[in-house]
Amino acid sequence: MLETVALHIPDGFLSNWVAALCWLPALAAVAYGLRRSTATLDERKIPLLGVTAAFVFAAQMLNFPIAGGTSGHFLGAALAAILLGPWIACVATAVVITIQAFLFADGGITALGANVLNMGVIGALLVGFLMLRSRDVLPKSRGVLLGITAAGAWLAVMAGALATSVQLALSDTVPLATVLPAMLGVHALIGIGEAVITVGAVAAVLATRPDLIAVRDLTPSELRAPSPTLHPEGA
Amino acid sequence: MRRVSITAFTILALALAVGLAVAVSPYASASPDGLESVAEQHGFLERGTLHSLQDDSPLPDYAFPGIENARIATGVAGFAGTLLVFGIAFALGALFRRGTPARA
Repeated sequence: MLETVALHIPDGFLSNWVAALCWLPALAAVAYGLRRSTATLDERKIPLLGVTAAFVFAAQMLNFPIAGGTSGHFLGAALAAILLGPWIACVATAVVITIQAFLFADGGITALGANVLNMGVIGALLVGFLMLRSRDVLPKSRGVLLGITAAGAWLAVMAGALATSVQLALSDTVPLATVLPAMLGVHALIGIGEAVITVGAVAAVLATRPDLIAVRDLTPSELRAPSPTLHPEGA
Repeated sequence: MRRVSITAFTILALALAVGLAVAVSPYASASPDGLESVAEQHGFLERGTLHSLQDDSPLPDYAFPGIENARIATGVAGFAGTLLVFGIAFALGALFRRGTPARA
């Protein structure tokens, strides 16, 4: 039977108290992100929020095969953070995960807090801030920006896998020593796919609407393609 | 390169997302994903349950109900889901944006 398996944490994997504790940071971050969005969402950002969430949803359906009869799928947390800024990216991720849980039965309802925590708060928000901070202190070039994008995408997947492992272990579902290497091993590969897709998407936005990248004051060297064309009239 | 308008950008990106969901997702790998595969190997996959709120999810397993062909059911679910996510995220943004005092 053909199935699209985009599996977030379902109910039953986590103990009730672990699932409940995960709701707290998830709700706090989404509530604050929504509050902040009133100040930072401008007319351009509203369609961008919609289209980023839609792209993340669609891309999450595209499981690609990795080693050993396993597949991976796009997460989109780092991409959302670069396009929307970390706070609104956290909200966008939460919107996608909530719709998946309620309409597609993908990811639990009790475990929704954990899924939002692992992908929205840890992936989009924390790794998002780490990416923006890295960009501030590193040399400014298009290559470095895309490098940060790739590293952030990979790290967001790994951090989510780490958090999921810890929650599973705290729930006495599986020992940490068993689940952590397994989860990190498979997600190290999935993270490479994530990095490739995220870099492709960010490069496409840099080429069409660089002002939509939520990075302050992009420098000319960050906008320039690696092989500069010598056609000033075509610029 | 000339910048495309935000409307054109939104339509292009949304069309790409819908295109991926409709045309590519039916051919996506059906192998278990990272977490599912680990759960299978380490014997806790069967702990997963559906919440009672999910008993009548409209589109379980990303398959639009009532369509026999599994690939078409997935594609239609992807179409509906992508547009719905766009609409809800857009509406949420507009709602919270509207709540702000008008800026000069």
